Amino acid sequence: MNAIADMDAPMLAVRNIEVIYNHVILALRGVSMQVSPRSIVALLGANGAGKSTTLKAISTLLASERGEVTKGSIEFRGQRTDRKTPGEMVAMGMVQVMEGRHCFAHLTVEENLLTGAYARRIKGAELKAELERIYAYFPRLKVRRTSLAGYTSGGEQQMTAIGRAMMARPGMLLLDEPSMGLAPQIVAEIFEIVRDLNQKEGVSILLAEQNTNVALKHADYAYVLESGRIMMEGPAAALAENPDVKEFYLGLSTEGRKSFRDVKTYRRRKQWV
Amino acid sequence: MNVQFFIEVLVGGLLSGVMYALVALGFVLIYKASGVFNFAQGAMVFFAVLSFVGFMELGLPFWAALPVTVVLMVATGMLTERFVLRPLVSQSEDTLLMATIGLAFVIEGMAQLVWGVDVRRLDLGIRDEPIGWFMDSTGILVSQLDITAGVVAGLMVAILALIFSRTKVGRGLRAVADDHAAALSVGIPLKHIWGLVWATAGIVALVAGMLWGARSGVQFALIGIALKALPVLIIGGFTSVPGVIVAGLIVGAAEKLTEVYFGPMVGGGIEGWLPYVLAVFFLLIRPEGLFGEKIIRRV
Repeated sequence: MNAIADMDAPMLAVRNIEVIYNHVILALRGVSMQVSPRSIVALLGANGAGKSTTLKAISTLLASERGEVTKGSIEFRGQRTDRKTPGEMVAMGMVQVMEGRHCFAHLTVEENLLTGAYARRIKGAELKAELERIYAYFPRLKVRRTSLAGYTSGGEQQMTAIGRAMMARPGMLLLDEPSMGLAPQIVAEIFEIVRDLNQKEGVSILLAEQNTNVALKHADYAYVLESGRIMMEGPAAALAENPDVKEFYLGLSTEGRKSFRDVKTYRRRKQWV
Repeated sequence: MNVQFFIEVLVGGLLSGVMYALVALGFVLIYKASGVFNFAQGAMVFFAVLSFVGFMELGLPFWAALPVTVVLMVATGMLTERFVLRPLVSQSEDTLLMATIGLAFVIEGMAQLVWGVDVRRLDLGIRDEPIGWFMDSTGILVSQLDITAGVVAGLMVAILALIFSRTKVGRGLRAVADDHAAALSVGIPLKHIWGLVWATAGIVALVAGMLWGARSGVQFALIGIALKALPVLIIGGFTSVPGVIVAGLIVGAAEKLTEVYFGPMVGGGIEGWLPYVLAVFFLLIRPEGLFGEKIIRRV
């Protein structure tokens, strides 16, 4: 009975949070969201909408950027996260893959992966087995394992960053713009692997993306952020059919191609809600 | 040209190079782990050896003063991490650099406030005069202190190089140096790593300070030897532990040889500036140094 209740309980619950940078800059207001176990949730929105801030608030990396959650609460696996350090969050099973990949440029690909297991007390054969587990998902990384991460391609760096995070055996992965600056083919490859990780390893994924199309294709549920608020939410399939999402984020519209004059209407209409 | 004289000058130069390398080692340690040039390293050398001598003056025997000073340097490292570095996580490297300049003044001031400003003599029981039988058989002047410095430097470099390249902690250190934020995000405990590195740099400073102090007295001028370490760092590469030794030897040998053979032509004083000219030369042709990590920049 209890077990079933636990299954249904969200893995991550963000309730009405407000985030302020440097004590003055309001970045998020009243953001609430949930991620249930084993699901993929997308967080959509334009530049500066607050996607990264939301992820950093959840992973507690915000503190090192002088940001602060001033209202609301965040619970991960039933525990409040406000007094946790990023290291403790990793130990609890939540790892963030930062925007722009942030590989350790002067470490080899394999050393990068090994740093992901830093907080776990494993070594020798067990550590080897973990590496092989990651290489099974990212065969390209095995080929390049002795290259310095700084010399690998953007796609390989993104894979290194995700693989490194998976070395911590997280229950939940926060991915910030994994598609950034990558060729569509590579983006597709990476999203396939992410889906694979989600299904085979059972890791929940919270994904911040500007690439709405790809994100909605792979996610189960999605939230749309705009100017620090959640404007819309729903199952990914439903959002993909939503006319506003289609128009503003997918660039599709029923009226065919638009002339420049209509951009004004776009601006006006964007202030919905 | 007298070959024996040449060898004698060369050996003298190499040995003084080892002493520079010892100081430079402390810089490399901190640079590798926090990506910052630690302006306070010279002050730490001074503070370490001054405290050591101070404890001996208070009546502690050598074997007791040493661990007490080590504890003091470890504490200094931890405090630096807590009050200087931790509040500056994820700030730019320039900010950290300025912080170490401030730290240098604080440590210098503290050292003199606590122990006074007198020049002191440090007697390690290692003689700094030519070893008789060695001089008789080869004609080269080498002192016990020279040999001790060489052995100590070699050992420290070997141990630290192994730690950096082979161990988990070493990997963590290099990761932190590359990217603080990313290190935090994968759960590498930044505070432990930085505390550890600054404590180790403090111990390295103590060893360097003891050898320099035994040679030239424990005095404020010791802070200046950090300046001598700068060309060594540029030539060897800021990120290479073995590079420090090689560059130290190059600088030591080059300055002594040119001083002896070309000094008289220009009225001497070459020793003072040659290392810096070498450093500028290296900056022009190989900015990462002989063994430093390549500067990786993707467009």
